[in-house]
Amino acid sequence: MKKTMTAMALALSVATPAMADLMVPNLSYRTGPYAPNGIPYADGFNDYFTLLNERDGGIGGEKVVVTECETAYNTEKGVECYEATKGDGALVYNPLSTGITYQLIPKVTADGITLYTPGYGRTSAANGKVFANVFNYPANYWDGASIIVKDILSQNGDNIQGKKIALVYHNSAYGKEPIRTLQELAKKHGFELVEIPVDHPGQEQKSQWLQIRRDKPDYVIMYGWGVMNAVAVQEAVNIRYPMDHFYGIWWSGSENDVLPVGDGANGYKMISFHGTGGDYPVYADLKAHVYDAGKAAGDGSNPGNVLYSRGMYAAMVISEAIRGAQAAAGHSNVTTAEVRDGFENLNLTEERLTELGLPGFAQPIASSCADHGGPGTAMIFQWDAGAKKWNQSSDWISADADVIDPLIAEDSAAFAAENNIAERCN
Amino acid sequence: MFYREAGDFKTSYADDSQTFPIRFDRLRYYAVIAVAFGVIPFFINDYWANAVFVPFLIYAIAALGLNILTGYCGQVSLGTGGFMAVGAYAVYKLMTAFPEVSILIHVLLAGGITAVVGVLFGLPSLRIKGFYLAVATLAAQFFLVWLFNKVPWFYNYSASGQISAPERTVLGHAVTGASTTAPAKYLFCLIILFALAWLARNLTRGTVGRKWMAIRDMDIAAEIIGVNPLTTKLSAFAISSFYIGVAGALFFSVYLGAVEVGEAFGIQKSFLILFMIIIGGLGSIFGSFAGAAFLVLLPVLLKNILVGHLGWATDLAAHVELMIVGALIVIFLIAEPHGMAQLWRLAKEKLRLWPFPH
Repeated sequence: MKKTMTAMALALSVATPAMADLMVPNLSYRTGPYAPNGIPYADGFNDYFTLLNERDGGIGGEKVVVTECETAYNTEKGVECYEATKGDGALVYNPLSTGITYQLIPKVTADGITLYTPGYGRTSAANGKVFANVFNYPANYWDGASIIVKDILSQNGDNIQGKKIALVYHNSAYGKEPIRTLQELAKKHGFELVEIPVDHPGQEQKSQWLQIRRDKPDYVIMYGWGVMNAVAVQEAVNIRYPMDHFYGIWWSGSENDVLPVGDGANGYKMISFHGTGGDYPVYADLKAHVYDAGKAAGDGSNPGNVLYSRGMYAAMVISEAIRGAQAAAGHSNVTTAEVRDGFENLNLTEERLTELGLPGFAQPIASSCADHGGPGTAMIFQWDAGAKKWNQSSDWISADADVIDPLIAEDSAAFAAENNIAERCN
Repeated sequence: MFYREAGDFKTSYADDSQTFPIRFDRLRYYAVIAVAFGVIPFFINDYWANAVFVPFLIYAIAALGLNILTGYCGQVSLGTGGFMAVGAYAVYKLMTAFPEVSILIHVLLAGGITAVVGVLFGLPSLRIKGFYLAVATLAAQFFLVWLFNKVPWFYNYSASGQISAPERTVLGHAVTGASTTAPAKYLFCLIILFALAWLARNLTRGTVGRKWMAIRDMDIAAEIIGVNPLTTKLSAFAISSFYIGVAGALFFSVYLGAVEVGEAFGIQKSFLILFMIIIGGLGSIFGSFAGAAFLVLLPVLLKNILVGHLGWATDLAAHVELMIVGALIVIFLIAEPHGMAQLWRLAKEKLRLWPFPH
């Protein structure tokens, strides 16, 4: 025991990196049942920062140090990773896990660090009046649910009265998030909602899909993650469910989820708040400075796929927020508080996206003190199993703010009351 | 030379029956207590508290609880994760319903509620034994997790089903919530662990513990000599569940701050704590500590060495870590089936003879 302690103290004391650079930890997961989705995201995140370091010498002349820490999508390991990297001067966290996000929200708020959760985490964090240090733009789970329902509406001439929509969800905080919104939407549009939970990790879904086969819902929406996605798509194919009536949230629509199923997955739909594919100009720079230089993260097989793009999206927003913080602070070695202000005053325009080599990749974001949630828009993509690529099948669709805004206000007010938080920005 | 009974004269029965009759043992025990209470709180930082000490202390409480049931009373249980969930949800409901009451009282009450639930699920133990009982407690595990997922009242109707611990204080110091200092967190868990371990040690030395052990060793013989199996087995379930409930309450409120029942208290938690007591040593207080230390600290240590020290890729390190921990468990159980506590006992035997073994 004592020896263990001594050895551990030794291991810890040597492992501390230099403090001068911009520290952006990557709480990733490359092991466990969620690894198929965790790996491409982590690779995209790392590669984008490698590109900035190699091409531009970092952000504003400061190198970015991305310390990777394996969480295996497990909250206990997430805490360990947070504490291990916090001491090195971490500026912003992006844990890619709703469970870990819930845990980190109070911690980052107390420590003054920023938590950036694009498209995941606690939905009501979109309300900056209550959640000072948490940002989840450009879209959240409730936006996603609303956008899918809107697409269903547009296919049915804006009338889905009496239709049946099933929600297949990961039985966790993440999967349960959209239920409230879908219940409200069901009331508003008069459809029937069937909730079908799938327990972690979701490799066994026979009974759930048997229920779908029996109930014959008109549409199925999936909030899944990890191995659950591919299993669900396979099961849907097995019961010959029409794939173009099967929607995945952005976390349930990557190449890794549909490729194992083969041709049967043709027509499966997912929504995304950014573009995908390797045709953006930024990939030329990535190829020149990162891939060809042998500095790509992971095994280098992921560039251009959906989750790689999303990891890159998160890294791009973080780097732009840091750049904004540097401009506002007038010095390049920014502190955690300055980076938080950078996130709050982020103004990501279409021109800027074009400059970054990502024209049309995402929607512009103009954040403010009260608005940490962004535009709340997404596009629908449809899987083409023959060409093995996602085809964009809609333009940007925005969420139904009439339904979502009151829900966000209600949930954040509950959080504020529970934790004695006074509203900001008044 | 130092470790021996000879020369350590006892002049009263109380002295004779104390927990550590050998002077060296006693001094070592006082030294550990002094370091734990007097030194560590002054040097502890957030990392050491949240990643090392607090999980170790909490898992040690849970391991003590399971050891009472499985190690001392011989009733195999796979419901530990479910009982920890009861403790966690009980403390959550209590701390949100009665915010003005001290969190210490809530934690103990949560243990009490878990004890009641534990007795309920312990009832089958009066009719079934061994593997069959393990399966019955496995049902408790799945039922409880399902229940906390299904009934929104338990998580105060929050949108995501997550429970989050608001800030609560003991004597003016925050021990839950984000602004808790590392020493407060550590000392709160340490004091509870110290009190519970002291209680467990004395319970197992007394009448209650002897009855448990009689039931464990041969229940029919125990019944013939006058041990009531009903009260004995149910008291083991009650006390064990109390410990596990307290551990679950601390796990949620002090350590993690926000949990989701399926992820934090799933079947893998039951197995983890069962492995702790098997590796540490069944029927041993020291074994509970050793097993918890082994399974909590070793992965963190390996991660720090492989990733921090040697600079390996995180995924490779995570895989190798699993292999090393797994291999160590297998080697351990082959080399010493009675766990680390037995190694400790052997070391003490050797120490008695040292430096003249013949």
